[in-house]
Amino acid sequence: MSHHTLTLSATPSRRLAGDLAIWCFIGAELVAFAAFFGAYAFTRASHVAEFNLAQQGLNRDAGAVNTLLLLTASAFVVRAVQGALAGRARADAVWLLAAIVCGIGFLGVKGVEYAAAFDQGISLSSSTFHMFYLSLTFFHFMHVILGLIILVVLWAGMRAGRYGPQDMNGLESGAAYWHMVDLVWLILFPLVYVIH
Amino acid sequence: MSSTETIPAGSHGSPAGTLRLWLALIVATLLTWQLGEGGGSLPLTVAVLGIALLKGAAVALDFMALRHAPPLWRNLLLGWLLFVCALIGLAYWKGIA
Repeated sequence: MSHHTLTLSATPSRRLAGDLAIWCFIGAELVAFAAFFGAYAFTRASHVAEFNLAQQGLNRDAGAVNTLLLLTASAFVVRAVQGALAGRARADAVWLLAAIVCGIGFLGVKGVEYAAAFDQGISLSSSTFHMFYLSLTFFHFMHVILGLIILVVLWAGMRAGRYGPQDMNGLESGAAYWHMVDLVWLILFPLVYVIH
Repeated sequence: MSSTETIPAGSHGSPAGTLRLWLALIVATLLTWQLGEGGGSLPLTVAVLGIALLKGAAVALDFMALRHAPPLWRNLLLGWLLFVCALIGLAYWKGIA
């Protein structure tokens, strides 16, 4: 046992947080999003005026608020992971609940944006920009929903005291997935809402 | 990988460090928000992409704990960020060229 502890403390700086399987999944997701981003950016390059005009119809404030919500949710998830690692899983489950509230807030803001767009008769076939805007943001929207389902499962697990310094794999894996959803939005927001 | 492995304390940073990083990320987002209000230009786009790159690197290194991960995974994520930002920058430049 003492040998085991010694080995671990000698290699604390070379550890992937979470299961290798989730990291492979994250890698695949990032490749898919990169292809989507590249397709948007290079299509825009040959339709600059059209994209710039259509982009003016987007609610940049809503996009920015959603960035703040996802970043805050990610920070809350980190606090939950830190709590579980310190042996306070039950007490610090509330951080995951706070993250879930932020994630639901993101869906709410995005839902209001979609409702406004549909009210204006905007659809996938309205323009090349709108085809990209709707499909790219909805693809991400579905990832937020999956991320939220994972956070709810982790929250229940933390409340049951399932995670601790001896058992972080599930919590770290789910947390990594959530951060990936945040990471992708950090590129999507400037690309679709800001750059013109 | 084993579920019985004891994770070293501090593997996920400290609450104070997380608060500082969150504040920096919020400020960076407000800056990008503000930059979006101006007219589009190449320098502005480079600035916005640079901020996105820094924010993404912070999330990857500290929130995803890749700072303490094997270099392969850290480099893959940071490489993805660099690649995507460079691709977007290149496409923007192509659009005004």
